Amino acid sequence: MTEQQLSGGTPAADAHHAVLGLRSPLTPEQTAVRVRRFGAFYYADMWIRRMRGYGWTVLMTAVGTPLVYLFGMGVGLASLVDTNGAAFDAGDGTTVSYLVFVAPALLATAAIMVASEENTYTVMGGFKWHRTYYGPNASPLSSAQLVDGHVLGFGVRLLITTGTYFAFLLIFGAVEQPGTGWLMIFSAILGGMAFGLPLMAFSAKLEEDKGQFAMVQRFIVMPLFLFSGTFFPLESLPGAIRWIGWISPLWHSTELGRILSYGHTEPAALTAVHVAYLVLLALAGWALARRNFTRRLGK
Amino acid sequence: MPQITSTPTVPRTASSTVISARNLRKTYGTFNAVDGISFEVPAGESFGLLGPNGAGKSTTMKMIGGVSSRTSGDLSIMGLDPDRYGPEVRAHLGVVPQQDNLDEDLRVRDNLLAYGRYFGLPKSYLQPKADELLEFAQLADKAGARVDSLSGGMKRRLTIARSLINDPKILLLDEPTTGLDPQARHILWDRLFRLKEAGVTLILTTHYMDEAEQLCDRLIVVDKGAIMAEGSPAALIREHSTREVVELRFGSERNTTVARELEGIGERLETLPDRVLIYANDGEAALEAVSSRGLHPITSLVRRSSLEDVFLRLTGRSLVD
Repeated sequence: MTEQQLSGGTPAADAHHAVLGLRSPLTPEQTAVRVRRFGAFYYADMWIRRMRGYGWTVLMTAVGTPLVYLFGMGVGLASLVDTNGAAFDAGDGTTVSYLVFVAPALLATAAIMVASEENTYTVMGGFKWHRTYYGPNASPLSSAQLVDGHVLGFGVRLLITTGTYFAFLLIFGAVEQPGTGWLMIFSAILGGMAFGLPLMAFSAKLEEDKGQFAMVQRFIVMPLFLFSGTFFPLESLPGAIRWIGWISPLWHSTELGRILSYGHTEPAALTAVHVAYLVLLALAGWALARRNFTRRLGK
Repeated sequence: MPQITSTPTVPRTASSTVISARNLRKTYGTFNAVDGISFEVPAGESFGLLGPNGAGKSTTMKMIGGVSSRTSGDLSIMGLDPDRYGPEVRAHLGVVPQQDNLDEDLRVRDNLLAYGRYFGLPKSYLQPKADELLEFAQLADKAGARVDSLSGGMKRRLTIARSLINDPKILLLDEPTTGLDPQARHILWDRLFRLKEAGVTLILTTHYMDEAEQLCDRLIVVDKGAIMAEGSPAALIREHSTREVVELRFGSERNTTVARELEGIGERLETLPDRVLIYANDGEAALEAVSSRGLHPITSLVRRSSLEDVFLRLTGRSLVD
């Protein structure tokens, strides 16, 4: 500290200058009105900003995953399947190549992967390790708005992932009907929400990670990935385990993708079931997450 | 969610009450964390909650902070019930939690900007305000640093800077200096004192008596969820202790036996395993009385009574875990 600082100015004057120099342009009442209205967006904004901190991972996953899977499954495996004369029925009598058949499933899977990444350790860590939820929770934001903001931010990440993935599908010629095919981006996002939001609600309740997340990965994500009509039509599975597909958001999301991507035909009622089931799971998960966040942060 | 159409106006005079609690109670299952406490805090006052671990200080702070709902009783902050008007109450406050919860994914300055956004504040205000607060918290040269590279004291100062981003009139500080070294504590005290001078109402919990004496105009001593005493530090010392204390050490084995021979000296006598304390208004006179009885302690010390004496008298010397 310099001589001048030591002798200069009364503490009160310094305090006034240093602390209250800049007054808030909003009164607390005005702040509360704004936050009640837009709080979820404020938190989503921050969520996306923080994502930039691991932006490289987001980008590498978004670009790397489709490349790896499309070369591995779509090109490698497809050459085997297609030369063996297996035909993938589009439902209306026509057939499609294996690459076209598997592409909507790969896209839907990518959304599920992001969902399990963003709704497990990050959510639990926000309560337990980094405690990132407690700071904003002391601001005018409500606990429910933290959930809403997370859902919005997570939606943006899903959009980045599925959008990039779709571009690669086009490049690889994996979409027969791009005119409706691009809507797959949204069916995949819906699938990601249907899986991610219930998972978020679950993670918000966990006090300790005793390997539950590894179990989720091994006994939920992997089986869903394998038995949801991903690599082969669900009908080729024995009836006894076909139910795995029926309860799997991945199957419903994939089937929607197939309709959009190559005009896979199925009864309209079944399509309605796909949409309704995914929407229901997502909304139930969202509501539960709001409840669990509010309870845990209000302790 | 309640919608506010007309905003309540609170008169802002020096004597207006900003926080009022009546029979405030918080129960977890069968455990009464806060067991019916009442207090009022006028604007501009520096008000302390003192108590051992588990006394219910943090729970009280969370209820005032509008993040934890009360089980029963009345509570109002700026005339508003935090259970009903959570966002309105929190918009009035700056909060420094017991455990730092800075955003480690963001840089130092960005932590301030991000937090300000939660209040819906515009960037045109937040940018210069963040710089002003970094200056205030002596962190200007750390603006671009990663949060995890900061020392404990720096993180604490950043947390205080963050709590001021919305220009609050009330600041809640839950054990602001726990775990800091003396240098860091003194810097913090200085900053808090400046805020107090600038008219900010400070509500702080602490179990450091020197901190309470430095910063609090008035305080309550809380134990097991209830208020044991209330007053200014000086008044509490007057009321619950003597002006001075004589500390005598006769050796661990002899303290108890010697204590019997000291009866009658001073106002009160307390025998501890390692020393005997004589509470007296004139310490030197008490010490002379000790020697005149032919007793010669290994060491003796006459000191002023402190808040610590009051605290230990009111909350006991047994260890609370």
